[in-house]
Amino acid sequence: MIKEIAKGLAFTLKKMGAHPITVQYPEEQKPVSPRHRGRHILHRYDNGLERCIGCELCAAACPVGCIYVLAAENDPKAPISPGERYAERYEINLMRCIYCGYCAEACPTEAITLGPRFELADYRRERTVVTKAELLESWPGFAQAQGPASPVGAGADQTGREDLDPGVRPRAAWAAQEKTLDHQTAPHPGELGVPVDVPTVIEPGAGKTT
Amino acid sequence: MIGPDDLWWVLLIKCGVLIVFLLTAFAYLTLAERKISARIQLRYGPNRVGPFGMLQPAADGLKLFFKENVAPAERDKLLYLVGPSLAGGAALLAYAVIPWGTNSWFGHEFHWDIAHINVGLLFILGVTSLGVYSLFLGGFASNSKYSLLGGLRASAQLISYEMAVSFAVIGVVILSGSLDLEKIVGSQQGLWFVVLQPLAFLLYFTAAFAETNRLPFDLPEAETELIAGYHTEYSAMRFGLYFLGEYINMVTVCSIATALFLGGWLPLLPFHPFDWIPGPIWFLGKVFVLLFVMIWVRWTLPRLRYDRLMNFGWKVLLPLGLINIVVTGAIVALRA
Repeated sequence: MIKEIAKGLAFTLKKMGAHPITVQYPEEQKPVSPRHRGRHILHRYDNGLERCIGCELCAAACPVGCIYVLAAENDPKAPISPGERYAERYEINLMRCIYCGYCAEACPTEAITLGPRFELADYRRERTVVTKAELLESWPGFAQAQGPASPVGAGADQTGREDLDPGVRPRAAWAAQEKTLDHQTAPHPGELGVPVDVPTVIEPGAGKTT
Repeated sequence: MIGPDDLWWVLLIKCGVLIVFLLTAFAYLTLAERKISARIQLRYGPNRVGPFGMLQPAADGLKLFFKENVAPAERDKLLYLVGPSLAGGAALLAYAVIPWGTNSWFGHEFHWDIAHINVGLLFILGVTSLGVYSLFLGGFASNSKYSLLGGLRASAQLISYEMAVSFAVIGVVILSGSLDLEKIVGSQQGLWFVVLQPLAFLLYFTAAFAETNRLPFDLPEAETELIAGYHTEYSAMRFGLYFLGEYINMVTVCSIATALFLGGWLPLLPFHPFDWIPGPIWFLGKVFVLLFVMIWVRWTLPRLRYDRLMNFGWKVLLPLGLINIVVTGAIVALRA
């Protein structure tokens, strides 16, 4: 019995000198797998145009209905996406999303993928509905318009809650910000000297889009 | 002659210093326990509050004070409060007679203990046995089956191992011829009793684990069987007092082991440069080494089954203690 106890004590003493294997999380982070399905990313082409053409196939494929897309016609002189339409609004309710990746599978232009980001907690339920400005891949020098989540669509089921809770009114705050920032006039990639002569999808009857 | 030990304000200062020391020791023992266990398990342990987690005990203490006191409705209202108070009180009380060293200041002899009594060892054995009451009363008054079982186990275990402790200690008493802890330490000048009484030291230290309810003998609170044993129904600072009692008891038993077997405040070797370090520092150093061993053993060995614990106490420790007494006594008698 004494021999076994001594053996055990020697083992634990040895382990006391070993380096801990703990990852000190907020400061140290392990790399996520390249195929990690975290928060979504809306991608751009190399010239800065958005890949998303507002076809809403992702919203159709979504098994829980957490994606809301509002498509708008591209201005042929200053297109936002190479297609005929682009997503004016693109919102995902991260509380509802099950991170299955069907949206990425459905997307014809590979505009949406699931990215490496996994820190999705928030103190406000409303802020877990991410807007296009948050999802969109950043572009050097591109001032991203911070728009409010839409009153319909992905985060719509929370509007009532906000009205009931006077302390939490992100939409009201956003609405106030909207007046001062006016995201409609935010600079377009084309205005920043980005080439726009990219291959585009030309649909019948749409005329020249570049 | 009236020395500085007899002045009331000196006594008061001594009490204050000792209580502050013990409570700090309790706080940082919990941190040491968590840190050492973490290292054994390849973790870091608490390192967020303050540098290296040094303020973690303060955070824990604040939490204990501000938590809600949840108590069973069918409890025995008086005894339910007596239990934890006794646990903290008895643990602090035993430390009153532990000698830290002696100094000669301004021609007066100065003792580094609060109560300098000539039966200090007897006093300690008595007061540490008081701790059983806190465990049993707490378990009984909670009116819960787990608490009651824990309390019963605590009383049975502590009484059994109290015997082993007493028998282990008698060898030292025979050698030094005194129950005065200062005299016992003094008679170890040159040769510590751990050399003369290795078996008694082992017996004492083993039984000390049972006395302080620490693994591998933590049957009274065996969480896999009894949730938390006698303090299942305690929360907030009432639980904190049991916790405090356990850790201060650890300091106490390690201090007694130091005084009885490891030469107390005497330096490792009786010449320069070892005797430049003051006695109380030597004493504390030895206590810390023993405390480290206690923590180390806790995170290494698994818990004994209850019947084996009793078998070990009565059929191994007790006979060995008796043999030790007989052999020591015979040798001392033959040499006299």
